[in-house]
Amino acid sequence: MREPFEHVVTAHGETVWRVCRGLLPQHDAEDAWSETFVAALGAWDRFEGDRVRGWLVTIAHRKALDVLRASARTVIPEEGVPDSPVPPAGRDLDLWAALARLPDGQRAAVVHHHLAGLPYDEVAAVTGTTPAAARKAASDGVRRLRTLLVLEDA
Amino acid sequence: MTTAAPIPDLPPTPPALLDRLHERLEARAVGDAAPDVHYRTVDSPVGRLLVAATEAGVARVAFEREGEEAVLQSLADRIGPRILRTPKRLDDAARWFDAYFAGAHDPFGLPLDTRLARGFRLEVLDRLRQVPYGERVSYAALAARTSSPKAVRAVGTACATNPLPLVIPCHRVTRSDGSVGAYLGGPETKVRLLALETTGALPS
Repeated sequence: MREPFEHVVTAHGETVWRVCRGLLPQHDAEDAWSETFVAALGAWDRFEGDRVRGWLVTIAHRKALDVLRASARTVIPEEGVPDSPVPPAGRDLDLWAALARLPDGQRAAVVHHHLAGLPYDEVAAVTGTTPAAARKAASDGVRRLRTLLVLEDA
Repeated sequence: MTTAAPIPDLPPTPPALLDRLHERLEARAVGDAAPDVHYRTVDSPVGRLLVAATEAGVARVAFEREGEEAVLQSLADRIGPRILRTPKRLDDAARWFDAYFAGAHDPFGLPLDTRLARGFRLEVLDRLRQVPYGERVSYAALAARTSSPKAVRAVGTACATNPLPLVIPCHRVTRSDGSVGAYLGGPETKVRLLALETTGALPS
């Protein structure tokens, strides 16, 4: 007996948004969010297990990589970079911009663990590493993020 | 930044953004990516209606008192769990109800999917669809129009389990003694609908 998919969107839409936005610029993140839920909707009747959030984050991570690969030819500047003419409009913009400056592995580990709330074993499954490596990447990422945010706050 | 939180608390995601994302999902979930069931709610003079459809047509109309969650779960179990809220795709159905409650006799043909009724119950619904606007028919008279003319009780069950009330007019079936009988939307709703079809206006 599976619950209606709309409940999944309601329960996890915001988490998936944070994952997509944590990994991508705003416009690309919107694409990745809708592609994630389209794919999840298509597979919902075959989903096994109870880790719905981990499953969605796995899909979102893959979709984000797809979007990044597709836009690799056209470089889109991340908002909030130092020479950007538009200043960041709020603290969350600072965080997204700071996340964009982390190395990919740290960025994904921070997003999946701290923004999506996945335990390290699930983060490792999503990013294809070990739980210990995921923990280290998240910890290194947070340290670097703090430095970036302090600098930007000043 | 507090010392307890490793990174700053994220502000809540604006509801308008989540709405926009949901609309993008609705726009993408078509064709091969279409859900098993799409649904919306429609505000009506007899309360909030839930209208659910498959690719074939409207399959379920539910009164508020049936409980939205219970109805959606039942659709997930009986048709499929790939259920998505898609208000725009059901604008036609919403217009049908608006027109009906404004007094239109037969607003327009709404594509229906009667898969939630089978066998004799489906036969009863087919007979029901031929009962004209504003007319009343007794359970016994309706039974007489079926392949089992004595199955009055089964006709009552078919009406009570009509998955498409209002659209398939089970409210036009009343008791032989003149009383309105039971109705999924409540007997008072049945009385109001019969008055609407007689006088052209829905009593409050």
